[in-house]
Amino acid sequence: MATYSDLRLDHRLFMQGYPFSKYRISGIKPALLSKPLKQSRLAIVTTAGLHTDNQVAFNQKDKSGDCSFREIAADVEVQSLVESHKSSAFDHSGIEKDRNLAFPVDRLREFKTQGIIGEINHRHFSFMGSIINPQKLIEETAPAVASALTSDRVEAVILTPV
Amino acid sequence: MCVQTVSLIQAAIEKVGISTVSISLLREVTEVLLPPRALFVPFKMGFPLGEANNKELQKRVLLQMFSLFEKAEIPVLEDFKP
Repeated sequence: MATYSDLRLDHRLFMQGYPFSKYRISGIKPALLSKPLKQSRLAIVTTAGLHTDNQVAFNQKDKSGDCSFREIAADVEVQSLVESHKSSAFDHSGIEKDRNLAFPVDRLREFKTQGIIGEINHRHFSFMGSIINPQKLIEETAPAVASALTSDRVEAVILTPV
Repeated sequence: MCVQTVSLIQAAIEKVGISTVSISLLREVTEVLLPPRALFVPFKMGFPLGEANNKELQKRVLLQMFSLFEKAEIPVLEDFKP
């Protein structure tokens, strides 16, 4: 587990001064699976900044953060994905070697073959996590993904930060 | 900031009635944000499922995430048991 003490000094000072409590989540009714996972449809949402090489890269220059997202087809060859997340807050070498580390599409395929999950949704979603001002994320882009997942009849979602 | 971003997206998805489980790489952030269901992992930033090309470890993390879908009392913050 990383803690603030594991972070580089500039990142640690930033995190210690950031008003996280302003964004505390409350008042959500728990959504429960209506059937077992082995019959449910699953999708992945990652903030690793992954996308296909023909999609527009995430915008590193936006200091408040790029709140946009990319759709990634479930049948993607995972290692062909590009990581345009350039944050110096984490070590990129693991994802460089194996995108499944943050975007485990190959593992989901194995689980489906084993009957552990029911279906894999036809698309997954990718954001870039370095968002300092999440206003647009909260009001527009996260609800847009939630709405897309609803129209896909996804029942379970796993989310991975980096 | 990735951990906050994940929590906020997770909240939007859970709110529309889809069950969610996330990974947390930073306890301090998750304990303040309180997303519906999160698994704390003992890995460094950039390594949410443990190790590159370690299928078995990645699967163990995912299976423990899956077990959290059953939790109705939210928020749930559980530690990964290797």
